[in-house]
Amino acid sequence: MSAKIKENELPEGFKDIRCIICPTGCIVHVENVNGELIIEGHSCKRGEEYAREEFVAPKRILTTTMLVENGFLPLIPVRSDKPIPKEKLRDALKEIAQTVANVPIKMGDILIKNVLGLEIHIIASRDLIEI
Amino acid sequence: MKKYEVDVAVIGGGSAGLAAAIVVKKAELDVLILERDKELGGITLQCIHNGFGLHEFEEELTGPEYVQRFINQAKDLNIPYKLDTMVIEVTPAKTIYAVNNKEGLIKIKAKAIILAMGCREKTRGAINIPGFRPAGIFTAGQAQRFVNIEGYLPGRTYVILGSGDIGMIMARRLTWEGCEVKAVVEIQPYVSGLIRNEVQCLEDYGIPLITSYTVTKIHGKERVQGVTISKVDRNFDRVIGSDKFIECDTLLLSVGLIPENELTREAGAEISRMGGPVIDNNLETTIEGVFACGNVLQVHDLVDLVTSEAKRAGLNAVEYVKERYDKKVEKKDQIICTSGENVNYIKPDLINRIDLSKDIIFTFRVKRPDRRLLIQLKDDKNKIVYKRKKIYVIPSEMIELKLNLSEHQIDPDCKNLEVEVIPRPEVMIEED
Repeated sequence: MSAKIKENELPEGFKDIRCIICPTGCIVHVENVNGELIIEGHSCKRGEEYAREEFVAPKRILTTTMLVENGFLPLIPVRSDKPIPKEKLRDALKEIAQTVANVPIKMGDILIKNVLGLEIHIIASRDLIEI
Repeated sequence: MKKYEVDVAVIGGGSAGLAAAIVVKKAELDVLILERDKELGGITLQCIHNGFGLHEFEEELTGPEYVQRFINQAKDLNIPYKLDTMVIEVTPAKTIYAVNNKEGLIKIKAKAIILAMGCREKTRGAINIPGFRPAGIFTAGQAQRFVNIEGYLPGRTYVILGSGDIGMIMARRLTWEGCEVKAVVEIQPYVSGLIRNEVQCLEDYGIPLITSYTVTKIHGKERVQGVTISKVDRNFDRVIGSDKFIECDTLLLSVGLIPENELTREAGAEISRMGGPVIDNNLETTIEGVFACGNVLQVHDLVDLVTSEAKRAGLNAVEYVKERYDKKVEKKDQIICTSGENVNYIKPDLINRIDLSKDIIFTFRVKRPDRRLLIQLKDDKNKIVYKRKKIYVIPSEMIELKLNLSEHQIDPDCKNLEVEVIPRPEVMIEED
């Protein structure tokens, strides 16, 4: 099976992507041939979409911890509320490492607004009370 | 000694115990959760990565987010719980002895008990790695707790033994915290965790996964200075001349989990080969009115499946208290479930014949990965009572089957059902 998708500003070259959608783990070949995206090797629609996104703009939800002052615990687990472009993860981690949160915190509270100007927020993963 | 009486006591306030207690409370019975940690939530609290909740909430949550929803629900329902409380004994008469620093020794008399104590990690002792006993050897979950909850790094340069999910997730976590992970070493010829974790935790960061290798020596007297890894053959014997030295200051072990059943065993419940209690199709152990769910019963790969199992345990405990408690114990007429070809274990261990008209949920794991298969259930006369196709199986993925056996013509005198996972005949493959 193969699929052709037209795209502007596609990355050059090709990638063999291991699909993570299900345990079958298809190896999907994605190649930019003169501005057209060739996707081969997948066995379902979701796999095709995943491989396409991994080639064009891979993103990840970032999950880490942030320091807390006077908390019941010294750290609060946090995550990005939307997936972050893979190449920006390190910078986002640095910004989170330089931030200290104040208790009390409720799950979903925004602890860093608009991280790196990406219009993505860093939110608390749990409640945390004072010590 | 302070004494309590409850309808249902739940031992363990993690994902399993919370879900079970919520079901019991909603059925308007008295419930009490006993938790040894200083807060509710259990191990899910330290699993700060995402990937939880797709079954239960149809959205992707982190571990703390997932369990916070249950903690909130338990608190909204005013479910009583005791923290910092360690259960020290469970009797077959369903009396629980526990200790905490406020009340000292306490006694809880329960009509039903739900065991939800979770599991613990195998340590170095379980896999016999030779060498000195320097600082710097941790289990992966222990390191996870230090990094994600306590705020300490166990070391700077790591080798991780075992490619289970916790091991791979810790490889990424430590990389993000500025540490170096030299390698993940796996004794099996294949990765033992999910592909998703292999791709997103190891491949994304260029961390080598070395399969068919194991750690054969730990170097260093005061602190780990490195490990020797060696190739293993098909029988897991060391291949002479294949040794390699890797310098590191910390070794993490992610080599398996064992259901934590000291209390269960002492209470006199029968324990199965994999370490969890023997249960019937109602998740009831061999002690009447004592139920088990979550990782204390069998190690799960998804917390969502822990939740659904715990809800069933809760409902069955409610049914027991309302319908069967205080009634004469009748000897159960049971069918034994056994593991056949390429099946490592199956739950339940027993099916009550009177429950054959109900839906029965089977959960099992295979011994080795395989493709293009048939899952079959056979009776003791080798008659196939159920079969279904399966494209791919892997030991790290628990298989769940929900069956109503009354639709599958079980012989009235059938004593044994065997589940097997076998290669699919060629004729059936062509139909795909």
